[in-house]
Amino acid sequence: MFNSLSDRLQGTFDKLRGKGRLTEDDINVAMREIRMALLEADVNYRVVKGFVAACKEKCLTSEVMESLTPSQNVVRIVLDQLTQLLGSTESKLVLAQNRTPNVIMLVGLQGSGKTTAAAKLAYLLKRQGHSPLLAACDPHRPAAADQLATLAGEIGVGVWRGDVKDAVQVASGAIRQAVDHLNDIVIVDTAGRLQIDEEMMQEAVDIKAAVKPDQILMVVDAMAGQDVVNVVSTFAERVDFDGVIMSKLDGDARGGGALSVREVTGKPIKFVSMGEKPDSLEVFHPDRMAKRILGMGDVVGIIEQAQQVADQQQVEDAERMLREGFTMDDYLSQLQQIRKMGGLKKMIGMLPGGERMLQQAGGQMGDEQIVRIESIIRSMSKEERLKPKKINGQRRKRIAAGSGRSVQEVNQVLKQWGEMNKMMGKMRQMTGAAGMGSKKSMRQMRGMMRNMGMGGGVGGMDLSALQKMYGGKGGRKF
Amino acid sequence: MGLRDRLREGLTRSREAISEIFYMGGEVDEEFWEELEDRLVMGDMGAEVAMQVTDDLREQAAREGLRTSRQLKEALAQRIAGEFAHAERDPFRDLPSCVLFVGINGAGKTTTVGKLAGVARSEGRSCLVGGADTFRAAAIEQLQVWGERAGVEVVTRERGADPASVCYDVIERAEREGCDLVLIDTAGRLHTSPELMRELQKVVKVTRRRAGMPVSVVLVIDATTGQNGLAQAKEFNEALELDGLVVTKLDGTAKGGIAVAISHDLALPILRIGVGEGIDDLQSFDALEFSRALVGEGEGE
Repeated sequence: MFNSLSDRLQGTFDKLRGKGRLTEDDINVAMREIRMALLEADVNYRVVKGFVAACKEKCLTSEVMESLTPSQNVVRIVLDQLTQLLGSTESKLVLAQNRTPNVIMLVGLQGSGKTTAAAKLAYLLKRQGHSPLLAACDPHRPAAADQLATLAGEIGVGVWRGDVKDAVQVASGAIRQAVDHLNDIVIVDTAGRLQIDEEMMQEAVDIKAAVKPDQILMVVDAMAGQDVVNVVSTFAERVDFDGVIMSKLDGDARGGGALSVREVTGKPIKFVSMGEKPDSLEVFHPDRMAKRILGMGDVVGIIEQAQQVADQQQVEDAERMLREGFTMDDYLSQLQQIRKMGGLKKMIGMLPGGERMLQQAGGQMGDEQIVRIESIIRSMSKEERLKPKKINGQRRKRIAAGSGRSVQEVNQVLKQWGEMNKMMGKMRQMTGAAGMGSKKSMRQMRGMMRNMGMGGGVGGMDLSALQKMYGGKGGRKF
Repeated sequence: MGLRDRLREGLTRSREAISEIFYMGGEVDEEFWEELEDRLVMGDMGAEVAMQVTDDLREQAAREGLRTSRQLKEALAQRIAGEFAHAERDPFRDLPSCVLFVGINGAGKTTTVGKLAGVARSEGRSCLVGGADTFRAAAIEQLQVWGERAGVEVVTRERGADPASVCYDVIERAEREGCDLVLIDTAGRLHTSPELMRELQKVVKVTRRRAGMPVSVVLVIDATTGQNGLAQAKEFNEALELDGLVVTKLDGTAKGGIAVAISHDLALPILRIGVGEGIDDLQSFDALEFSRALVGEGEGE
């Protein structure tokens, strides 16, 4: 819904085309746009003020890179500044070596996602070879302990819920339980509390005093508004947390709160939480976050998202495709992958300049096209899907009637398939028999194939080309 | 404590913040306007709305010769109040009625349903609660605890069941037993997930088709939400044709300014606001009162 910063600045600077230098006035105009972009991203007002002032200073004094246009130069400076402020990657949990069990405590407002984050963290630690125990220390919200117990059951981690109504006692009980059952890490999930609720804040302090956590993590909702500053500064003052988990980043919130938190408390963002599944706790990348805050798309994010969707099955599929050729069923499954990733629109929207592209295309670039192709493929028989070359005029007519589309559209789908199949043939020659065995080459191939599927298939979007264009120096070019 | 006092108390922090600038010497100069705009932005009103409001107020002040802080406060309250859409009908009082609660994860849907059921029960209305959040772990149990507290029965199915079927069940049961008010809790979902939004569309469709009584779909939104709140509301509205909003967690220091933007942009009335933990802290919404409390009218002269 918001234009990205780069698009906005582009508009401002279009008027200045041909100018080799920017005057202070020009920069003031640009800073105004940056201010608005940051405010729209929910960066705190005071933080914005300081940040914009610092950026302006830099713009006026820094070296101008000649290869970039004025607007690109400004954005580069802003982006660098923002990335720097967001801090380095510190997604490590600092745990005392000589202590068993280590204790991690989670705090935050109601509904920020603590319980979910606790389960995700437990899953992450379990995969790293630890044996975590989840402690359900929320006696206030009805069924909070049940929720944690269910999630713990799903990921195969132990849970301690105690039978008392006192959170402090439950927490201490969990430590004893961990000692008895050889769990090396206890994750303490606490109740959600408002920072102005004195009683509840005291409870958090008491839990902290009782279990002496190695790490206290505060869970902050990516959608949080201006008020997040008051929230985190109070929490920092009272319970003094060590780092932040940003939750609900799978939505389209810009997450400007991350910058506010960092600025106000100086605490690092350790993890970002991207969805409902237990494995969706990810490392925090300041550069990506900076781009997200400025509305510049997240190329790397898409690629990772695509990787996430791919699973073992697809590796096998890739192998089979190389052996036996590309079938209509493969085409279908690729289309479904696009849908899984949130549809074409979302993916394009995540690319730099994508929002602009969507606007230009109007309603043309809808996901309806995917649905149409799907319906056509689904109207083919099993045999036809395996050997699309068999599809003659009569069959085409039947498929068109079956899917409710025109024969021309069926032809188009067949043509697209033909192109993909041709590419697959080339690849087969390229890789030869030697590459077939190793897993690494398989993975590369899988990536290539996925890109092809999208590129050849829908709306003429070639993701691999885009990837090349933007990859590596995504921040500089847009 | 009267309703108004509670509301005021809930909004104290934000009121203080805005009031503060009216104290300063009473001088209305450039700095005053800038400060005012800043304050509105800090209340999550959004930079654009804040600018517009300030500019309008400025013009009005010049036109009508408003000079004192009292006059300006009242004018500002009126201006903000004018941004809200009005409710034609209160789906929690005008019975029979069926209300579906939707929203993102952690907005406070289940708690809101629990509280509203308690209020309905204490006011002597027959009420039935449907637990259509069959996805989140222990959501059903959470609702059942609320049901027990309120003395209201909860109709639900096991975790993982089709949420639309729960709606079907609860409405059938309500009609059979002559129940006037049906409240249905749904699973939280992000507006950016097309699959989950489609599922919700189906739930709403089934409910609308099945129910003999008027069905309202209400978006529950957290007052601490920033500018993304508008995107959420737009997506939900597009998919489900919302009938109103419930704004929760206004008792922190959050100002809930995003509610102004949502109500204005989508012409959605705010039906209830949550200003505290207690069951009675879910109150009817009065635009002018809300705006006055926000601005701090009538104090500090």
